[in-house]
Amino acid sequence: MEVIGDFVNGIPILGYLIETIPAIAPIILRLATPIALGAMAGVMCERSGVVNIGIEGMMLTGAFAGFMAALVVSEAFPEEPTWILGMSPALLIGVVAAVLAGVLLSVVHAWLSISMRADQIISGTIINLAALGITGYLNRLIKPLGSAGTFETWKPPEALVDLPLVGWIFDMFLAQGPLVMAAVVIVVILQIMLFRSRWGLRTRAVGENPKAADTVGINVIVVRYRNVIIGGVFAGLAGAYLTLEATGSFQNGMTAGRGFIALAAVIFGRWTPVGAFIGALLFASSDAIGVAVRLNPPPGELGNALASVQASFPSLYNNFFAALPYVVTIIILAGVVGRSVAPAADGQPYEKESAT
Amino acid sequence: MRPSGQGVEAGRGSMTETLAAPALEMRGITKRYPGVVANDRIDLEVRPGEIHALLGENGAGKSTLMNILYGLARPDEGEILLDDQAVRIADPADAIARGIGMVHQHFMLVPVLSVTDNILLGDETMANRVFIDQKEARRRIVDLGKRFGFEIDPDAAVGSLSVGWQQRVEILKALYREARILVLDEPTAVLTPQETVEIFGVLRRLAAEGHSIIFISHKLYEVLEIADRITVIRRGRVVGTRLPAETDESDLAELMVGREVQLTVDRGESAPGQAVVRVEDLRVRDDRGHETVRGVSFELRAGEILGIAGVAGNGQDELVEAITGLRKPTGGRVTLDAEDIARLSVRRRRERGIGYIPGDRQRFGLVLGFPVDDNLVLATYYRPPYASGPVRNERAVVESAREAIERYDIRTPSAEVPAGTLSGGNQQKVIVAREFSGEKRVLVLDQPTRGLDVGSIEFIHKQTIQKRDAGTAILLVSAELDEILELADRIMVMYRGELVAEFDGRTAVKEDVGLVMATGVRPSEHAEASA
Amino acid sequence: MSEPPASAPVAPVPSTPAPRRMPAPLARAINVSLVPLISIALALVVGAVIILLSSLAVEPPGIDWGLPLTAYAALLQGSLGSEKAIVTTLVEASPLIFTGLAVGVGFKAGLFNIGANGQLLWGGFAAAMVGAAVADQPAILAIPLAVGAGMLAGAAWGFIPGALKAYTGAHEVVTTIMLNAIAVITISGLVNDIFKAPGYTFARTADVGNAALPNVFVPGLNLGVLFAFAALPIIYWLVWRSTIGFEIRTVGANPSAAAYAGMSPRRIIVITMALCGLLAGMAGVLEILGVVGSYPAIFGTNLGFDGITVALLGRAHPVGILFASLLLGGMRAGAPLMQIQADIPVEIIDVIQAVILFFLAADRMVRHVFRVRAVGAAPEELQTITRSYGGKAAV
Repeated sequence: MEVIGDFVNGIPILGYLIETIPAIAPIILRLATPIALGAMAGVMCERSGVVNIGIEGMMLTGAFAGFMAALVVSEAFPEEPTWILGMSPALLIGVVAAVLAGVLLSVVHAWLSISMRADQIISGTIINLAALGITGYLNRLIKPLGSAGTFETWKPPEALVDLPLVGWIFDMFLAQGPLVMAAVVIVVILQIMLFRSRWGLRTRAVGENPKAADTVGINVIVVRYRNVIIGGVFAGLAGAYLTLEATGSFQNGMTAGRGFIALAAVIFGRWTPVGAFIGALLFASSDAIGVAVRLNPPPGELGNALASVQASFPSLYNNFFAALPYVVTIIILAGVVGRSVAPAADGQPYEKESAT
Repeated sequence: MRPSGQGVEAGRGSMTETLAAPALEMRGITKRYPGVVANDRIDLEVRPGEIHALLGENGAGKSTLMNILYGLARPDEGEILLDDQAVRIADPADAIARGIGMVHQHFMLVPVLSVTDNILLGDETMANRVFIDQKEARRRIVDLGKRFGFEIDPDAAVGSLSVGWQQRVEILKALYREARILVLDEPTAVLTPQETVEIFGVLRRLAAEGHSIIFISHKLYEVLEIADRITVIRRGRVVGTRLPAETDESDLAELMVGREVQLTVDRGESAPGQAVVRVEDLRVRDDRGHETVRGVSFELRAGEILGIAGVAGNGQDELVEAITGLRKPTGGRVTLDAEDIARLSVRRRRERGIGYIPGDRQRFGLVLGFPVDDNLVLATYYRPPYASGPVRNERAVVESAREAIERYDIRTPSAEVPAGTLSGGNQQKVIVAREFSGEKRVLVLDQPTRGLDVGSIEFIHKQTIQKRDAGTAILLVSAELDEILELADRIMVMYRGELVAEFDGRTAVKEDVGLVMATGVRPSEHAEASA
Repeated sequence: MSEPPASAPVAPVPSTPAPRRMPAPLARAINVSLVPLISIALALVVGAVIILLSSLAVEPPGIDWGLPLTAYAALLQGSLGSEKAIVTTLVEASPLIFTGLAVGVGFKAGLFNIGANGQLLWGGFAAAMVGAAVADQPAILAIPLAVGAGMLAGAAWGFIPGALKAYTGAHEVVTTIMLNAIAVITISGLVNDIFKAPGYTFARTADVGNAALPNVFVPGLNLGVLFAFAALPIIYWLVWRSTIGFEIRTVGANPSAAAYAGMSPRRIIVITMALCGLLAGMAGVLEILGVVGSYPAIFGTNLGFDGITVALLGRAHPVGILFASLLLGGMRAGAPLMQIQADIPVEIIDVIQAVILFFLAADRMVRHVFRVRAVGAAPEELQTITRSYGGKAAV
């Protein structure tokens, strides 16, 4: 179909993208936040040598726990609450609950992977299945109605946002809710800590050569447990973002694979926090294109082509954009893996052996 | 053994050792593992400023004893005394705190981290509660190195260092923590003769400063050269303590093994025939894209053992992979009987009669969870009589396994037990049985006797000679120079991806070969250069 | 009080692949089944506790001590309590046999096939398409064509992650999840826009007519059940007795040694994933041609993930998979009755599944607590799955 031919004719697309991206930049960061937080969890775990594919499940459980806790609190105290720093206490308690849920599941994963030396990918899968099952079950059982609302986005000063070339960057990072901004701060802190602090050095050593770390007196087990649990905190935060900042409700399976995209971001970012964050932005961009096209339809020939496709194949048209992030993930993974080297002991359970 | 080409360095250890109280005493140490007594009432006494050698073959129990000393294992019976005080060593951190440092046989280093990071790990010099003081650490490390005679680059990635320098990093690790007792486990296993001389110099300086050194080895002549006292361990027991002046190699060998040992295999005469394999201007890249084989050419003749000597990491792995088919070369030719095989798969090459004993037997040579008989047909399972088309003939597999077990004296309860339950020596015999059987035109042997007991080593060396005499062309790659000198009819040295020298197997002098291994330059050229 | 499984393990077939004529194969089979059995029992206990706690959440609030008993009794009745129940159990178990094999065969090659869901969707969709096209042909022609189409489509969707893993090193754990999502999205778009049959209230493809699997022996028991049972010995022979099976198991246990011995791990990975896709596709075929009769735009199914449970519980061996499928199929068959009689949402089965797997994974602890001796080392293939995570492309 010639429509496809025109579509692939790169240049109009490029121009369209350059024009639209600043407009949707805040949206991209928002979409990237759960992925980025999940990726931070992945970096924490894998840098110390534990593969964690259960991030998706931890996110989902965090989302549900956060939502329920906030709902319960806001219904228990329906009068005007005293705001803490401009944020509703119900929501804050929800965040705490989400984090606790993430931590709880990460303890399970850590116990299975580290102490039971179960296969780590299977352990992560169990977390995912458990999360789906428990949240689905409880959702059906309790049938929660209502919502505690969401965190409000901050309004940055007009002067910053209106700056000519860079205004949109301020807009992107500052016109956001607390969890999005927290995510960015977390990325920066982790990057510094991983490469300059004692904790970071020990973590990296344990992930590369746990036996070497053991022989200098580092407790490999403790380091791994600690990292996996901190990872659980971030995964829980990602879930909290979904139900307490992005939307104000919970749907079964609402994480929709973000936990796995986060893993791809980790690999893309070569197991560094900043790299994974950039990966998350990349994936979020592919997600945002669908939004962009709807908000700001491309002009001219391209726009007409798209409109006609949409008319004849409405479902497929929407599905194309819905599927885009997943396709992009596969392409990036295929291109990047192998060139990107994991921590050497990633995925290998540690046995304290005494050699004869 | 080989005569020393260069003189033995004068002086061993400190003169103050004779009357001082022992720095370390291990009394009656016993350690049991399921099915074996690794240490049986071992007594060991080490004085300050002494270099004390612990001699024994692989599996005798030396490493277990040292693991106990270092807190990696706990003794079932016995006690440890440091400076006459009984102590209990709970874990490596405890051992380090008590001044015991260990340099392991397989380095405990993290290749991607810098020298500084590796040395700091576990005992970090801190700028505040969170961040490491890199500057101060670097300064201390450089100073420490200078004190013991070497200049170290604190920022180099350890993975980029040569093996000899990695070992120095390991020693610095112990010294940074102010170890008074230094344990070195098989330190010269991976060094060239030159590097061995250098490390011995470092050890003597350390001893002169009062450090006690425990030197674990199975190399008789080295132990005689460096040690002030030698304790021999066999099957978990101490069988004797000697002064070097009152013993020699055959005495030590007999102590080590418990019977008279043929120190060298009777090599016989080789009668090399036609060139079977020709390698012309071969170029190969490693996984990271670096060219590690840079224009190598040689001939491999029937009925001849060609030994490739060289420090590990000079391209031998990629050379072997290119010949066996695991890696495609980027340039040059490899021909077998004049047929260019450079593009052939591993299977096709095997079908043309190339056999291969890999360097890492557990990772590449065997499937540990599979029974012995399946491992024996790992390369031939698809051919008659073991299978016709998709259907396997398991009876034939078991039959042929029984034969192989008998012929190669593989100690195993049955042909169906998992290969992982066999000892190291018997595992290697399974691989040898597989690769040596059948009509093989070419055999590539990569570290064939690494980590094996003396009996297995003898056996495999004998089998190799037999194969050679039957007309097979054999390529022997080994980091153990002694093995090459013992078996090879012709020796070539690999240095930085090129073959830089050739020696006759019979007349080669160990130090000369070692010099080329370390520097890439032949002794005669060396002499000219310095003239 | 629990489900059928371990009454009489079939004696001469040991439950782990490697050693053949081991002494007392029956004893070994029992030992290997012990931890799964204990896990199931423990999980049912945990399930009972969850049900008990759930009684707090339903009207009227307050702990109902009899609730677990009611729930499990309903579960039992719904799965075994009548001829219809048994038929339903068998019909629910059959696609699980296929997805269990789809995951289990992958395990033997060191691959974790989480993509069974997507593969079965394509299998069912293809079967629906071809079935609709040949709906008026005689069944003897229509059925093989539709089934064949389902197999091919499933194989193709398994081939993709296999090729990606083999040639780029992209780990199948992530790619198959992505492909699952892509499958759901794409197929629903195809059904809605292109293949929608006219005249129905919700979007679905046309009826498959004569390509539908007929009933055998008893009403409700469709031919698919026989396919499933027949697949077990076929796959057993393929993986444990044939040369290709030897290659698959070697690549799973130690891909490096496989390469050194002359096998081609790349080829094996691709072939195995395609085979797994084919098996999963058959599950889809069973659902569409056997039960539903056409493909609806929104086809929600958990069969792929249930297959993971079945494969792990059954230790990736056909005998274990058979029993695990019957167990899980029974639970799924009985759950609706449980929901009606005890007001417990069917999702409890998902939770119980996860708990079973949890205890399975905590193998060491279970063995320790229940004094079960471990036989042999842990399967090497599982280590291959995780070892390849940071992945290089295969040789």
